[in-house]
Amino acid sequence: METLIGLLVAAPLLGAGVLLTGGRRLNRYGHLLGTLLALVSFVLGLVLFANMLGKSADDRTLTSHLFTWVPVESFQAQVGFQLDQLSMTFVLLITGVGSLIHIYSIGYMEHDENRRKFFGFLNLFLAAMLLLVLADNYFLLYAGWEGVGLASYLLIGFWQHKPSAATAAKKAFLVNRVGDIGLSVAIMLMFTTFGSFAFADVLPAAKGADATQHATLTGIGFMLLLAACGKSAQVPLQSWLGDAMEGPTPVSALIHAATMVTAGVYLITRSGAIFNVAPDAQTAVVTVGTVTLLFGAIVGCAKDDIKKALAGSTMSQIGYMIMAAGLGPIGYVFAIMHLVTHGFFKAGLFLGAGSVMHGMNDEVDMRRYGGLRKYMPITFVTFGLGYLAIIGFPGLSGYFSKDKIIEAAFAKGGTEGWILGGCAMLGAAITAFYMTRVMLMTFFGEKRWERDAEGHEPHPHESPASMTIPMIVLAFGSVFAGALFSLNSRFVHWLEPVTGHSEGDSPLSTGAVTAGTLVVLLLGVALAWLMYGRRPVPAVAPRGSLLTRAARRDLLQDDFNHVVLVRGGEHLTRSLVYLDHSLVDGVVNGTAASVGGLSGRLRKLQNGYVRSYAVSMLGGTAVVVAATLLMRAV
Amino acid sequence: MADSSFPILTVTAVLPAVGAVATAAVPAARKAAAKYTALLFSLGTLVLALVTLVRFDPNGARYQFTENHVWVKNFGLHYDLGVDGIGAVMVALTALLIPFVMLAGWHDADPLEDRTGPNRRWRPTQGFFALILMVEAMVVLSFEATDVFLFYIFFEAMLIPMYFLIGGFGDRAHAAGEDEAARQRSYAAVKFLLYNLAGGLIMLAAVIGLYAATAKQLGTGTFALQDILNARASGKFDLATSTERWLFLGFFFAFAVKAPLWPLHTWLPNAMGESTAPVAVLITAVVDKVGTFAMLRFCLQLFPDASKWATPVILVLAVISIIYGALLAVGQRDIKRLIAYASVSHFGFIILGIFAMTSQGQSGATLYMVNHGISTAALMLVAGFLISRRGSRLIADFGGVQKVAPLLAGTFLVGGLATLSLPGLAPFVSEFLVLVGTFSRYPALGIVATLGIVLAALYVLVLYQRTMTGPVKAGVEGMSDLKARELVVVAPLIALLLFLGVYPKPVADIVNPSVQHTLSDVNKTDPKPALEAKK
Amino acid sequence: MNPANYLYLAALLFTIGAAGVLIRRNAIVVFMCVELMLNACNLAFVTFSRMHGNLDGQVIAFFTMVVAAAEVVVGLAIIVSIFRSRHSASVDDANLMKL
Repeated sequence: METLIGLLVAAPLLGAGVLLTGGRRLNRYGHLLGTLLALVSFVLGLVLFANMLGKSADDRTLTSHLFTWVPVESFQAQVGFQLDQLSMTFVLLITGVGSLIHIYSIGYMEHDENRRKFFGFLNLFLAAMLLLVLADNYFLLYAGWEGVGLASYLLIGFWQHKPSAATAAKKAFLVNRVGDIGLSVAIMLMFTTFGSFAFADVLPAAKGADATQHATLTGIGFMLLLAACGKSAQVPLQSWLGDAMEGPTPVSALIHAATMVTAGVYLITRSGAIFNVAPDAQTAVVTVGTVTLLFGAIVGCAKDDIKKALAGSTMSQIGYMIMAAGLGPIGYVFAIMHLVTHGFFKAGLFLGAGSVMHGMNDEVDMRRYGGLRKYMPITFVTFGLGYLAIIGFPGLSGYFSKDKIIEAAFAKGGTEGWILGGCAMLGAAITAFYMTRVMLMTFFGEKRWERDAEGHEPHPHESPASMTIPMIVLAFGSVFAGALFSLNSRFVHWLEPVTGHSEGDSPLSTGAVTAGTLVVLLLGVALAWLMYGRRPVPAVAPRGSLLTRAARRDLLQDDFNHVVLVRGGEHLTRSLVYLDHSLVDGVVNGTAASVGGLSGRLRKLQNGYVRSYAVSMLGGTAVVVAATLLMRAV
Repeated sequence: MADSSFPILTVTAVLPAVGAVATAAVPAARKAAAKYTALLFSLGTLVLALVTLVRFDPNGARYQFTENHVWVKNFGLHYDLGVDGIGAVMVALTALLIPFVMLAGWHDADPLEDRTGPNRRWRPTQGFFALILMVEAMVVLSFEATDVFLFYIFFEAMLIPMYFLIGGFGDRAHAAGEDEAARQRSYAAVKFLLYNLAGGLIMLAAVIGLYAATAKQLGTGTFALQDILNARASGKFDLATSTERWLFLGFFFAFAVKAPLWPLHTWLPNAMGESTAPVAVLITAVVDKVGTFAMLRFCLQLFPDASKWATPVILVLAVISIIYGALLAVGQRDIKRLIAYASVSHFGFIILGIFAMTSQGQSGATLYMVNHGISTAALMLVAGFLISRRGSRLIADFGGVQKVAPLLAGTFLVGGLATLSLPGLAPFVSEFLVLVGTFSRYPALGIVATLGIVLAALYVLVLYQRTMTGPVKAGVEGMSDLKARELVVVAPLIALLLFLGVYPKPVADIVNPSVQHTLSDVNKTDPKPALEAKK
Repeated sequence: MNPANYLYLAALLFTIGAAGVLIRRNAIVVFMCVELMLNACNLAFVTFSRMHGNLDGQVIAFFTMVVAAAEVVVGLAIIVSIFRSRHSASVDDANLMKL
């Protein structure tokens, strides 16, 4: 069984290698090969899952050591895998959703001349993401962490001829790199504190750490949080996610909604033992999550670009997960549960958005949609189910997972609990508002599309089966996954051996929370209906309030980045280039020039007359002789 | 393993020198023959270097394959060769890169027209390849010499062929016209020569000072590293603190110029910018490595206490190099100068690793030398192909190359990703080792140096974005993709980057014991983990 | 006879030679004066050899003669070729050594 873990990673890696080096001769069936290898991974995942279910809860962890990666004295980095319940959950999510999105892409990318390359990049992503969740130490995790960053870079910038795509790709990579500093410093801190960075060494040691080490552990916690902020698009490193929507829609669904962006949640949950003994770091995590869940939701309300609205939503939902993960043992399980259900419905929503764009000549502005439910019924139904799931309609996936998080937030206790719970509930209301807005603007009302610049009028049509089938499967997941997980607290029991779990002490009963959530949900939906359902949507965006205008610009944080980092950086590098030339090199050239000037003077002595040279020789000799005699005399 | 009497080290170094003579002797009209002769000799050297590397026994004596002959007895001059793990790896790197440099510069020195009359003996092609082989011979000998004066000779001698390579062979097309190009080229070559000669002269003074010190304390003066170390170990030789410091500074200055360390770096951008891409690779990937290598071998071994005394200043300069080089790379408008400043940043990492005085730092620094050699070669050579196609080095003249030449763009990206230390590619391993090695002793410096990885991503990705993506610019439309010869250059380098990125263990195993020796020279041990230290 | 007298003679000859090199313009004369200086040195060497009773001085005197002979060959050739090209043997006319 252990060898299968390696194969799980190897299959998509092989695909990436073959597809990216194979050249044009693979163009005809490269996409099929890529999809096949993703499916192979999924099947391997299922086999391992079945095997894991057959064992008792405490005996489910599989490890597999492949080889020593970097051996330098006490720094021993291994390539080894660890498959426990937490990794298993991710493996199934990644390979499952990943396979569906491979299938979807066959249709979506049909007319792209670089489809083979696209599948190569997707396979590369799967391999890196699996490496990330299967690694048995932080160093290998870091390799996967940057690997998914690379895949994300390549896929966001897949249409490189568009300057906006190339810029967005670069931005995503750079912001992620800032986060990566966090992970590298965390690994270094672990190495200098524990002499190791393997989960098996660090996590138990953290659990047993005494008070003197808590400062270090808090430091590690903060650094891990920085890493998570970068990868999971949390405030203050969230700015790349909206731009990342420049990538092809299947990419947005797989990487920037369902899997890669949730890596931060994985990292924090996996490092639970560290955070449990570092309350300050936990508070920071919760704060970041809460701020982001409101931030993303507000941004999502103002965007007219359907993908950017969904990106805001992704940010916000991951904010929920991060918040839950920051709550400690009362939240870990629910963070992961929400992560999985979110993987289903958000991937479904993105694929739906892709399907809409596919039928609308790649139009993304929701103000140009309207009334599409008649033209694309399957997309409408699957998107609608995803919508109901995300707003937490009772009985659907999101209801189970999000309500649990809100409950856990209240269960934190004290004033903190009330604030967190209140924010989470407010977030739920805003979620309901912006998702209803998306739904109404896209599928309801009158048609608002026009001829484009070349005079083509879009002919909205349903997408081919290769695209709709994955959407239908994901819709099933969106509807039933939550209920399935919550039956007899199945998911809690499944993950408990890895993450630990404790029931909080909630000041509100479960019923009260559910009722409250339902009320705010209805408020949100009603408000959206009043604004966008009852009266026609203007085709040109109105000026809007100050908040709306700020939210359209991602609450001005991009402007901030531009002014402070981009402009400031440009000034800094320009003045440094100037200084390097004038000061550092100036000293060098100045020395050269002064030597040159001196020699110019001395050159005058060389008048070319042999006799004057002879005089100086004679004079010199006389001086030397005199000096010698004098020295002797003394 | 030094059992056989076959002087493999001498042969490894002499072979390219013989090749240089043979190449230079090929008649003017037979350019192809000259090229193949040179390539053949460089491949022969590679085989010998690899044999050395394979037969090197990591657990054996510190210096292996040693050859000891007295050269000038009265002056204590020895012809002493020997390699430790670090030296063996560096010789192999040099021998490995030279054939690629030659293949990449296959047409760089083709004469534009065949001359007749009194100039019919004009043969730049022969000269170009002979000079490259000459550089190789000198560099290999520098890595092998275990006599301080012998090292000094080759350390300086390599400047001569390099000077001609920089000054004599530039890019064909130049935005500022032929005359201006020639002027800038000769400026760069002279600057390179003078800068390095100045460093070398100061070192010569220190070398003589060392000789005088040994003569005074041991009775007979010697330049042999092994003699000096033995004498010190037995307590017969002990430099006064101030003497040791001055001598250390003399050596270090020369190496810091060659490496180059901020603020002695300004010759590098000129030299790399004006020379052809293969020569630029020769400068940064081969010749400059002698500087960092010599810090490990001579500064630390000969002057351990002074090294520790100077460590704080050197570490700060190294960190400045890292950040400063990266920031300047971001601000460059010329592709080759950008790569040159990136190299300044990378040399900062290498020096940081060496003077952090931890196993991880020094093993990382050694691996970094190897990996930086390969990754810069890959990036620079592809950049060279790009520049020769467009006839311009300015970033602004490019755009949308990936649309017309995807293979070129793809290999450029891989080279760039290696430069920004992406996991899975070789430089990541060494960079992380250097960082962790530094962090374990100097946490603050380690964290500041870590900022370098963000800046590296910035300059690489900005370069890629401006040249390769976006709409196809005028002048780029007709650009051809990589040719077979060019692919033969790039593909093995990329394969090597991947291999060493995933499985650096073979190289690390050779390097580690030597690093332990060096660390015991300076009498330093790795800091213990906080948890263990408490117990 | 007091060997010191030979030394005085050598010094006198050397001085005459040196003065000639510095004052005269004709290259041939300058050349002769150089030879005079060399011979003055030879005289001194031989004298010292005699005074100290070993042969080193005489050996060096022979060296000097050989070198002087070689020098004459090269020097005269240069003077002749300068005279051919410039129609003058004055050392002041040949000042091409300045930059």
